[in-house]
Amino acid sequence: MRLSRRVAVVAVAVGTMFATVACGSTDEPGAASADVEVFTWWADGGEKAGLDGLVGVFGTDCKDFKFVNGAVAGGAGSNAKQVLASRLQQNEPPDTFQAHAGAELSDYINDDQVEDLSAQYSEWGLTNAFPKGLIDNLTVDGKIYSVPANIHRANVLWSNKTVLAKAGITKDATTLEGFFADLDKLKAAGVAAPLALGKDWTQQMLFEALLISKLGPDKFNALWNGSGDWAGAEMTAAINDYKKLLTYTNKDRDTFDWTDAEKLLMDGKAAYQLMGDWEAADLDAKGFKDYGWSVFPGNGNVFQWLADSFVLPKGAKNAEGTKCWLKTVGSATGQAAFNQKKGSIPARTDVGTDGFPAYQQAAMADWKTATQVPSCPHGSACAQTWQGAVSSAQGKFSSDGDVAALQAALASAAAEFGPKKK
Amino acid sequence: MPFLNEEVALRHRRRTWIPGLLLISPSLILLAVFVYGLIGWTFNLSLQDRHNARPAKGYVGFDNYTKLFTADINDRFVHSLQNLVVFTVVFMAGTLLFGLIWALLLERRARAEGFFRTIYLFPMAVSFVASGVVWRWLMNTGQGDSAGGINAIFHGLGLGFLESPWWTHPDWGMAAMAMPAIWQLAGYVMALFLAGFRGIPEELREAAVVDGATTFQLYRQVLFPQLTPTILSALIITGHMSMKMFDLIMSVSGAQWLTEVPAVYVWQTLLTRDYAKAAAISVFLLLVVAVVVVPYLIHVNRSEKRS
Repeated sequence: MRLSRRVAVVAVAVGTMFATVACGSTDEPGAASADVEVFTWWADGGEKAGLDGLVGVFGTDCKDFKFVNGAVAGGAGSNAKQVLASRLQQNEPPDTFQAHAGAELSDYINDDQVEDLSAQYSEWGLTNAFPKGLIDNLTVDGKIYSVPANIHRANVLWSNKTVLAKAGITKDATTLEGFFADLDKLKAAGVAAPLALGKDWTQQMLFEALLISKLGPDKFNALWNGSGDWAGAEMTAAINDYKKLLTYTNKDRDTFDWTDAEKLLMDGKAAYQLMGDWEAADLDAKGFKDYGWSVFPGNGNVFQWLADSFVLPKGAKNAEGTKCWLKTVGSATGQAAFNQKKGSIPARTDVGTDGFPAYQQAAMADWKTATQVPSCPHGSACAQTWQGAVSSAQGKFSSDGDVAALQAALASAAAEFGPKKK
Repeated sequence: MPFLNEEVALRHRRRTWIPGLLLISPSLILLAVFVYGLIGWTFNLSLQDRHNARPAKGYVGFDNYTKLFTADINDRFVHSLQNLVVFTVVFMAGTLLFGLIWALLLERRARAEGFFRTIYLFPMAVSFVASGVVWRWLMNTGQGDSAGGINAIFHGLGLGFLESPWWTHPDWGMAAMAMPAIWQLAGYVMALFLAGFRGIPEELREAAVVDGATTFQLYRQVLFPQLTPTILSALIITGHMSMKMFDLIMSVSGAQWLTEVPAVYVWQTLLTRDYAKAAAISVFLLLVVAVVVVPYLIHVNRSEKRS
């Protein structure tokens, strides 16, 4: 008898364990109908401040709903994307989430995870508030799936005024040839690596800026929509120019993030850096005042944009609340509140420039008249799979300088991950 | 009544193994589900065409595996394997060499042996992430006036010719990447060797000395041959660690082409939602580790039975 009692005790113990395990997995969040869970990776700094501004406007415009912060911090968004992917897989989407506007959304569109917002665009008057170039880039098979909250510009060349003055450069170059000449002057003046550069994705940014100069906006746009030519002679020539451009950059670029490259510029060890216009806010925050900016030489009035946007996921618990959030995001007051704090500019062209810092005012003026082209490393031109392949190929080129290999890799990445030729 | 006796014996045997089975069943079930079940799930996934978040359309056999070797852009996967080979060879050789040297020094009954043992063993307590951050700075690739870390020391001492691009060297960068790993694990290998030396009966040494063996002969002919199992353990332990290396590389260089190994590649592929490809690389990695570890386990099992 004693033995069988022992068996019973063990059985009960085991049973209890499993019961506990089972109970642990049934913690459903009590979803009140007024809650709107907004999923972002804006957890601190200017981004958090911008989000708070937006929440303020949401509070007055959408009194029936309550903002719930679903921010996941860390890893420049890569942590958040992992969490988001698993939530979408389990059909437990947040009410809305942050995603780069443009091609990066195609992952979610193809996976049937986000709703079409075309009707809301006309209802809220967004179609005319955003520039046509942006609308064209956002439209997939006649439908629009996201509302951009802001615009950043990728093709900006930042400079250290003191270093330029020492080398006798008084005017910003407007052509590639002029830029090469200036770089040579700087080298002659003792600046060994006048163009500061970081690792793979920053290299791809520089390469794209150069491509815009070499190909012009139409052919550049074509590269990303499937009708462009990655394998042709023009591309070979562009890659050769890019290779030449790399000779003016710091050799330890693969060990640098963009902020490390920015430090070279601030320390006067480099004269130029190509980077998105979040650099203005960062330089201001670091108290460095001696900087100048221009569009990348040869880009003319091309505005290479990237944007954070919000979507309506399929199966969102509070679709009405989400729509109110999206309306706030797209509204002029919402965009002003968000962008003044975050250091970007409104996607709408009808927001007043009052209250924006000097750089943003200039960028807002450009945004109205410029030709819009997208950016691959920032998701507006290509999906994440494509970005991964392109970054890897740039990393390889940075170490071996093999022109043919880079061109072949870019061409096969476009064929494998890009939209099919039309 | 032989029949009754047998029945009693049977019941008794059942009574003795049932409680045992029930006791280990939680861990057995957890293992079955969370280790072997998930390995099976991953393998199953690697045979499908699930290259985005949508459900797979069907099975593609071993296409995902063959494509890794034939259709990867820039031969990225093969490159990651080459990186892994360089890393593994340098790492294993380095830990063995330093582990052996330190063990030989301490084995001579050095003064304050306990102190030095702790000093050498201590790096193992540091996580790869923490030491990676420090070594990232030590292996600063700047040279000349912009040198930092070890390069700055060389530069300051007038040994400029020793400055190195460290992990950014296209061919031998992974050898530099192995340095932090050697620093961390050599002490552990030393401890293994020390235990090995201590396990050799004192009589053998005395006998060798009586027979007139020199110190070199003592080690070469008497002690080292007895260390084979220790060396094998050290190789297996460092080898399987090295093949799965991820955290150190992520904190020294981040994920990028130059230092990509299969584990990092899996991470990159997962981030871009190519689930089937990530599963294929993971299974391949598991197989490579298994090829090394399983024969060793069989060998250990056999020799234990023999003794």
